[in-house]
Amino acid sequence: MKIIVVGLNHNTADVEVREKVAFNESRLEEGLRRFRELPEVEEAVILSTCNRVELYANVKDTVKASESIKTFLSEFHDINRASLDKALYIHDDVNAIRHIFRVASSLDSMVIGEPQILGQLKEAFEIALEKKMTGILLNRLMKKAISVAKRVRRETRIAENAVSISFAAVELAKKIFTDLSEKVFMLLGAGEMAELAARHLMRNGVKEVIVANRSYGRACELAKEFNGRPVKLDDFLQEMVRSDIVICSTGAPHYILLKDQMQRVMKDRKQRPVFLIDISVPRNIDPKINDLDNVYLYNIDDLQGIVDANMFERKKEAEKAEKIIEEEIEPFLKWLSSLDSVPTIVALREKAEEIKREEFEKLMNRFPDMEEGQKKAIEYMASAIMNKLIHPPTVALKEDPEDKDLMIAIIKKLYGIEEYEKEGK
Amino acid sequence: MGTILFALALIFYFAATIVSIIDLFKDKKIISHLMFSLIAVGFTLHTANIIYRYIAAGHIPITNFHESTSFFSWSIVLIFFILQFRYKVTILCSFVMPVVFVLMLSSSMLPQEIRPLSPVLQSYWLIIHTVVAFLGNAAFALAFGVGTMYLVQEHYVKSKHLGGRIFGKLPSLQTLDALNYELITLGFPLLTLAIITGSLWAESAWGSYWRWDPREVWSLTTWLIYAIVLHARLVAGWRGKRAAILSILGFLLILAAFFGIKVLRQGLHVFL
Repeated sequence: MKIIVVGLNHNTADVEVREKVAFNESRLEEGLRRFRELPEVEEAVILSTCNRVELYANVKDTVKASESIKTFLSEFHDINRASLDKALYIHDDVNAIRHIFRVASSLDSMVIGEPQILGQLKEAFEIALEKKMTGILLNRLMKKAISVAKRVRRETRIAENAVSISFAAVELAKKIFTDLSEKVFMLLGAGEMAELAARHLMRNGVKEVIVANRSYGRACELAKEFNGRPVKLDDFLQEMVRSDIVICSTGAPHYILLKDQMQRVMKDRKQRPVFLIDISVPRNIDPKINDLDNVYLYNIDDLQGIVDANMFERKKEAEKAEKIIEEEIEPFLKWLSSLDSVPTIVALREKAEEIKREEFEKLMNRFPDMEEGQKKAIEYMASAIMNKLIHPPTVALKEDPEDKDLMIAIIKKLYGIEEYEKEGK
Repeated sequence: MGTILFALALIFYFAATIVSIIDLFKDKKIISHLMFSLIAVGFTLHTANIIYRYIAAGHIPITNFHESTSFFSWSIVLIFFILQFRYKVTILCSFVMPVVFVLMLSSSMLPQEIRPLSPVLQSYWLIIHTVVAFLGNAAFALAFGVGTMYLVQEHYVKSKHLGGRIFGKLPSLQTLDALNYELITLGFPLLTLAIITGSLWAESAWGSYWRWDPREVWSLTTWLIYAIVLHARLVAGWRGKRAAILSILGFLLILAAFFGIKVLRQGLHVFL
């Protein structure tokens, strides 16, 4: 019983290799079945996302198993073995456990703390469970990994605070406004980044969208896409009076919104707060506008600064998460090593039960007229003696002594239970 | 008995204050729960203390400085609970409990014996006037807390230093501003009512509606300030930061009046 991880991720393999090795939905089931059918493999789970492909297994022999898993991967995906070997990493035993815990907790992700990986891991496990590809070891390991990830998220702030510009913009908007769904949003100009931020904002729900662009045709196109209203760029100042959130990214080489203009807008707005996001380079909104009351102006560097600070914060939190994982590994290892003694404990109990049953039947044959009450009393006594006799060795096995293998061997020898265990398996 | 209840309430409020400050820096649900339980127990004991004194004295216990400060704190906690029920702004605790504790502590240092009330003052106006006045001032006290929260949050957003725990815990600027407005629109009519009932009472007790007593002057000043806050907001759009600053100033003025006049020991409101 050994745990092994064979896999590759965004750090070890570039996208061409990852694409090839990925198990897409249609072939996942077949892949999982063939992986499980490898002679060395007793339990199997496959995690396949766009950033990583990992095969988790309970194997008899790590060296042989890793070899056959590699061969399987190269055959199944029809990929050159040498390029695969370069990309693959292999972890076994405690390192495998640590790796799985770290992956689940999103410490191994490209963006540390991103939340999707846990869901993907859960799904991978559920599929394997449903297809009966797992057993006692991987079931426990996967469940533990999920609970460790939850603990990490609960006890650290690893998944808090936005780490992308568009997320940061939405998060800020939520710190200014109570309810985005009653706010009017204006997209001023169109750039890739602006559209991305706009899309993210839309997903959080806004009341109304206005699109202004130098080319009116493009404004109409975008307005259609965002289910909004197109306006000419020259008219944007009037629309500012109604707009609560403005993302600005025109190609203009100068400021298109000046402080005194904004002052007039604010007067007309009755000072209702407004959130301006200027992601154009060079900037399109006069930075002095941020000095006005109830106007919150952020440019691309401000947002990037927030993202960097949040990323730094996440890395600090990741250190706490690593400690939690180390804490959780210990008891899992203990449980794992207790598995070694379980068959012996079971065999010991079975042997004792059998002796009791045989002796009791012999006695009954000899005294067939015995009363029911007496029978019960004798059986009770036999059980009590049996339990008392096997109690100390059972405890000794469960206690996880250092010379455990020796202990198991001695108990087997003393009680003559070698054959029982073989039959049991 | 009354003293013991008061002392216990004070201890619970003190514990709640400490926990509320810890709550600012820790993200544990259990801390907020503990904080609420402490406040709730403190408030219950405090209420019992007020009822006890009411029965012992035979009239509402707002007739000496100890009692009035204590009743003021009680009103603040009461309105805080109502607010919490409606808006769930847990973090408000951390800004309000320290004020409550300081008020209670000052109250505890004042003579607590129940003295007979002058027959002039024994009228139903006593209960109406004082309760309305204290509830109004309590609303302003909370507006002070909310205003402070607004300034802190506004500072974070304006200066672009985000990501701190307090920033994350504070509600949005719009929520804080709305809360501030709501508290002032609650406090203002209560204060107006307090001034009206006060002058009616003065007329029935001393035969004159208005005598330019220091407290009357201060109440009028406070009333004017909050009238300006509301007026500027509705007409000139003085919201957000300006509204927050004005409500902080307004409450500081109330506090100054409340304690300052006592130090001067003048006028008709000697028992306050």
